[in-house]
Amino acid sequence: MRETEAVAAARRSMEICNACRYCETYCAVFPAMTLRREFSASDLGYLSNLCHSCRGCFYACQYAPPHEFGINLPQQFALVRQQTYEEYAWPAPLAKAFQKNGVIVSALTAGVVALVLILTMILQSPDNLFAAHPMVPGAFYNVIPFGMMVWPFGLVFLFSLVALFMGARNFWKDAGGKDVTNMPSWSEAISDALTLRNLGGGGHGCNDTSEKFAQARRHVHHTLFYGFALCFAATTLGFFYHHFFGWVAPYSFWRAPVLLGTLGGIGMVIGSLGLFWLKLIGDDAPTAKQLLGGEVALLFLLFAVALTGLLLLAFRATGAMGMLLAIHLGFVLAFFLLLPYSRMVHGVYRTAALLRNAIDRRTMKPLGSE
Amino acid sequence: MVDLTQTYDVVVVGGGNAALCAALTARQAGCSVLVLEHAPKAMRGGNSRHTRNLRAMHTAPADVLTDSYMEDEYWDDLLRVTGGQTDEGLARMTIRASAGAFEWMRASGVKFQPALSGTLSLSRTNAFFQGGGKALLNWEYMLAEQWGIDILYDTEVTALHMDDGFVRSASLTCHGFPETVKGKVFVASSGGFQGNMEWLKHYWGEAADNFLIRGTPYNKGRVLKNLLDQGVAAVGDPTQFHAVAIDGRAPKFDGGIVTRLDCVPFSVVVNKDGKRFYDEGEDVWPKRYAIWGRLVAQQPDQIAYSIIDSKAVSLFMPSVFPAIGAPSIGELAEKFGLDPKTVIDTVAEYNAAVRDGKFDNTKLDECRTEGLTPPKTHWARKIDSPPFYGYPLRPGITFTYLGVRVNERAQVLMDNGVPTGNLYASGEIMAGNILGKGYLAGFGMTIGTVFGRIAGAEAAKHARN
Repeated sequence: MRETEAVAAARRSMEICNACRYCETYCAVFPAMTLRREFSASDLGYLSNLCHSCRGCFYACQYAPPHEFGINLPQQFALVRQQTYEEYAWPAPLAKAFQKNGVIVSALTAGVVALVLILTMILQSPDNLFAAHPMVPGAFYNVIPFGMMVWPFGLVFLFSLVALFMGARNFWKDAGGKDVTNMPSWSEAISDALTLRNLGGGGHGCNDTSEKFAQARRHVHHTLFYGFALCFAATTLGFFYHHFFGWVAPYSFWRAPVLLGTLGGIGMVIGSLGLFWLKLIGDDAPTAKQLLGGEVALLFLLFAVALTGLLLLAFRATGAMGMLLAIHLGFVLAFFLLLPYSRMVHGVYRTAALLRNAIDRRTMKPLGSE
Repeated sequence: MVDLTQTYDVVVVGGGNAALCAALTARQAGCSVLVLEHAPKAMRGGNSRHTRNLRAMHTAPADVLTDSYMEDEYWDDLLRVTGGQTDEGLARMTIRASAGAFEWMRASGVKFQPALSGTLSLSRTNAFFQGGGKALLNWEYMLAEQWGIDILYDTEVTALHMDDGFVRSASLTCHGFPETVKGKVFVASSGGFQGNMEWLKHYWGEAADNFLIRGTPYNKGRVLKNLLDQGVAAVGDPTQFHAVAIDGRAPKFDGGIVTRLDCVPFSVVVNKDGKRFYDEGEDVWPKRYAIWGRLVAQQPDQIAYSIIDSKAVSLFMPSVFPAIGAPSIGELAEKFGLDPKTVIDTVAEYNAAVRDGKFDNTKLDECRTEGLTPPKTHWARKIDSPPFYGYPLRPGITFTYLGVRVNERAQVLMDNGVPTGNLYASGEIMAGNILGKGYLAGFGMTIGTVFGRIAGAEAAKHARN
């Protein structure tokens, strides 16, 4: 990690917090802080990813602005976190995507959707594209051939997975490269991620929008997260159906892939709109406004993926199917492409930070206590 | 909406925990309540915003409180720190009521947490507010708003107009404009006067310019002075305050908890002439914590320097500013603007007097000096392992002891001992009745909560009559 103004500001705050410790039971950041007396740039990169932006500490802080110490951890950590996304990105030249992330995500999404639409129109006759296809096996492939679907999508997805893995590896190495074979630590980290324990404020919820405590952010985030997981499960299941059982899409509504996808799609729509709503009504003070573009662009990409998927299901038996399929696949391809270069990476780094935290807690001792 | 033309049932002067406890209790009893807070909203809450816990009696484990903490032990603790400067009747009543105060907070939805790391010695006796005092205040203010209590921020009460033992009205400066408000009953919860430098100078002269105030700058003591001028009985030594030695680089006001320095027992402390002046190893920290505020206040220019070597760096809680470091004692002295030769001699003399023993930072150990004046009686190890580090120390004032005299119903008493007709008090402005000297962690919040609830209940009873 480079030394930057964002890192210096976060370090100054952590040094003050470490002398105070009033927020110890809000989340994992503060117990992790007490294991240290000094904070390297890499430590701050790790701690910033451990921060879930719940804002509990901001409202409780006697040193928050306008106090001259000006502690605002949710904001300061958000800026350091963005720096980690950039520094750990792989391959390095693509890290620039994080600099104007809102523009990159929205422009690339628009470009990819347009490209898929144009290619579909070039490759298909209008008669075929706008015709109502009977919902028999292989109907979708009449519009976009099977090979055109599997290869570009598969390759982009694989590349993105490799890029995410390399990013996580960079993060891990920079953070000191601890032994990753401790299984209890893994189960703890994964359980923390799956339950968003650190967005609970220690049980009563977080300051989603103001000084009041609520569980709204936690709930809408995981509506989106589990919705996404169901959609992913639907896609994977469809792949198995096709390759191992020879059952070719489209499937009837009551078949597992469609049910999972529908449920997941609804979850993603609700979750992404919910997170956006919280941004609209929430207090701006503990946020980093310069990062809002990238956050909102990703929320709308997720929203668009889910909504177009649901629309495709609703109108798949009509003449709109061809266009809807092309648009939906355009959004999905953009999403795959942007996986390692959008705020989606937070999931990887945060889980890695939770893992490191679980390991640290087993191997390090708090400093300066009695 | 705030309507200053109406006569409120209860007008609460102040905006800290003691004020809010009174306001909430009176509102629960059905009164119309107005809270007048001097600070703007962002800095509301007086010194409560810097607190972290409440000392509560309990006969069995309760929530975050472990084991038990009975009345007699609590009273013994109080007697020890005050050296008898307390009122046993009021003190024992407060102690007994502290159990209910904690339960009331819990029932009101205040969130508590187990004792923080570095404060394990308090886990039995003190309940910690999750997130600290400001989080507690956020909750209390949220309840106040929900329950329809009127709140004015940036509003300083300049006078309570008394007439034959009755407060008839209050003069305020509201957002810079003069206003008057009428109430059936008034509760004074406006704190001490430690934020009033002129008043401190009255007793301490120019030295007061070098004092740092650990808490809010809004405790000017105007209502306190105004009441005393109108024949209200005073309590507590006006010249005295609770002070600890804090980092000399701390802000003038509102530095709070993080400015404390726990390094003194592991260091030698020199004044601006480069000389030692007190036994740094007299007792365990934080028992001797408070002594050092007074000691530094008595040194020239009210400053001292605590010097350690690299052996001691990780023995104490980190503090707000990094230590100042140097490869030699002489260079460290220069960084502090001290005469290097004197400091080198002081440290050399100390080192020569150190007798070997088994070092143990968790108890009063056997490491001490011999033939040195003043001696260092524990944790004395040679300061000889570079790099060397140091912290400047200044007196940091927590609160003043002067207050108004009250009875067990929180009624403010006049000089002749007769209760005022409609004036009650809670918090720092009356804490001197019980805590005339010294300090017991979390006891200020206990007094504020207990008397806030009594004042609120009594005020409501009075106003509804």
